[in-house]
Amino acid sequence: MKREIPLLISMAAGIFVLIGFFVPHPAIRDIYDDIQGWVIIVVAFTYVLGMANLLRINTEQIQRRAKDWPYKLALVLSLIATMIVGFFFSRGSHYLDDGTGFSWIYLTFYSSMSSTMFSLLAFFIASAAFRAFRVRSVEALLLAVAALILMIGRVPIGNAIHPAIPQIADWLMEIPQNAAKRGILMGAALGVIATGFRVILGIERTYGEGGGT
Amino acid sequence: MKKFAAWILVLVLGASSTTAFGFPLKAVDTPNDKGNNVTLSWPAQPHPPEQWAVLRVEAGKTYAAIDTIGGELTGYTDETAKNGVPYQYRLAGLGAGGVGVFSEDSQPAVPEPSWFDTGKLNVFIVITLFLALVLYYIGQAQRGKQWSFRPIAGLAAIEEAIGRSTEMGKGVLYVPGVQDIDDIQTIASMIILGNVARMTAKYETPLMVPANSPAVYTVADEVVKGAYADVGRADAYRSDMVRYITSEQFAYVAAVNGMMLRERPAANLLLGAFFAESLLLAETGHETGAIQIAGTANVHQLPFFVVACDYTLIGEEYYAASAYLSKDAKLLGSLKASDTIKILLVLTIVAGCVLLTLGNHTLAEFFATQ
Repeated sequence: MKREIPLLISMAAGIFVLIGFFVPHPAIRDIYDDIQGWVIIVVAFTYVLGMANLLRINTEQIQRRAKDWPYKLALVLSLIATMIVGFFFSRGSHYLDDGTGFSWIYLTFYSSMSSTMFSLLAFFIASAAFRAFRVRSVEALLLAVAALILMIGRVPIGNAIHPAIPQIADWLMEIPQNAAKRGILMGAALGVIATGFRVILGIERTYGEGGGT
Repeated sequence: MKKFAAWILVLVLGASSTTAFGFPLKAVDTPNDKGNNVTLSWPAQPHPPEQWAVLRVEAGKTYAAIDTIGGELTGYTDETAKNGVPYQYRLAGLGAGGVGVFSEDSQPAVPEPSWFDTGKLNVFIVITLFLALVLYYIGQAQRGKQWSFRPIAGLAAIEEAIGRSTEMGKGVLYVPGVQDIDDIQTIASMIILGNVARMTAKYETPLMVPANSPAVYTVADEVVKGAYADVGRADAYRSDMVRYITSEQFAYVAAVNGMMLRERPAANLLLGAFFAESLLLAETGHETGAIQIAGTANVHQLPFFVVACDYTLIGEEYYAASAYLSKDAKLLGSLKASDTIKILLVLTIVAGCVLLTLGNHTLAEFFATQ
């Protein structure tokens, strides 16, 4: 039963949502919209499970002084401090407003650290590009030449060198790049539909306890 | 004050049957909707007024203004109508150039909810055809029919990567993307995770699954637990294999990168929906020397994975992974249906190009989505 009930629920929900996509009548669409709303309720409850998992795993590692336990301690203390400030010192439900303690923590710590992580991308792009543009085959040569034209064509100096460069760059983006991208997207769209059918028809049974294929 | 006077004039003249009317007004039940909507349309006026007052009447009642709209418009949807009630409409000009300008009375329109969205007929036909093919090929598979599919190096490499981790005595890191469980890529990732977890259970290789959302964590935990039970290794399952990290994108990246650098897994499987974090994860993994297999349907992230990973599953290959890995006949049947519909779509595209070249737009218009 542990396998069949989740399967039946997912099949019923999948079939209903599929029908709801084609039928705008309120008899179907209102229930369809309700089912979409249920997702929010389910996700809200999973946050309790997620929080419990995060606290359990990290406190266990702190207790047994596992490798890198100070990081876990910093995580748990930050979590508790943010929750206390958010719940009790941030104007209740207006905790996201400017000037609240929660907003101060978010802007001072989280936002800056998040921006720092994102900015690392510039360095990673440089190192990845260095590897990508090493010409070792005909394909790599084509890639490098196309990338060079595109990069020069997208900045003012490209036009200054020769007016045809931006035009070639546009052509590369609009014709070969678009053709490849659309091919991938169409294949992916068919994959999405096939995956959906497999779940709805119950032949994809990977999820659920003891639900092997 | 001038506007108020104009409104009074509109209501007085609008209710009068002796007023002169200028242009036709068309009112129809809005198609393909939940009902309670009537769509009005009228020809563009050579000298439009500043505004239009939209007047509406039900049987046995007098005209009443329901809205005021810009004079340059040529269409309007009344969203306050009641299903099953016949309505007639009239437009009255307001403001500069509007006094005394009226449309003809429209024909009565009765709003009704639709049982089928005809704008999605093309999608319905393709979906129905696809479903029929899936069922047909599943039936064939159940009767023992076998097909050969092109080998996908990235999928073959998954078992190889897990084997390498086992030999090195290191773990496997499985990153299921940064979208929630309602995203089809995450669902596909959970399906692949089941197959990966069966292999790690069989080889007794440590598995780490950092989840970016509590819903993904809950599902992934069930999937891994189920996979270990499936291969008779329920005892090897540990509750810290799947862990919830955070739903914040770059905080998640920081945590996963930390795991890569501290735990040094021998295989990183990046399978799911990725965005700006794709290269941050893949480059860090590359630095650690792990064998990396990535898969996503997010086209813009594919170049990053191609550059930084050993193998990349591109678009449809990613969705085909579970069928390839499980080798289940019914799943392979759905794969065969997918290939067949792809051939049909290619033929349709070619036919559409030929017809368009010949000046016939029928096929192109049929497949246009709303």
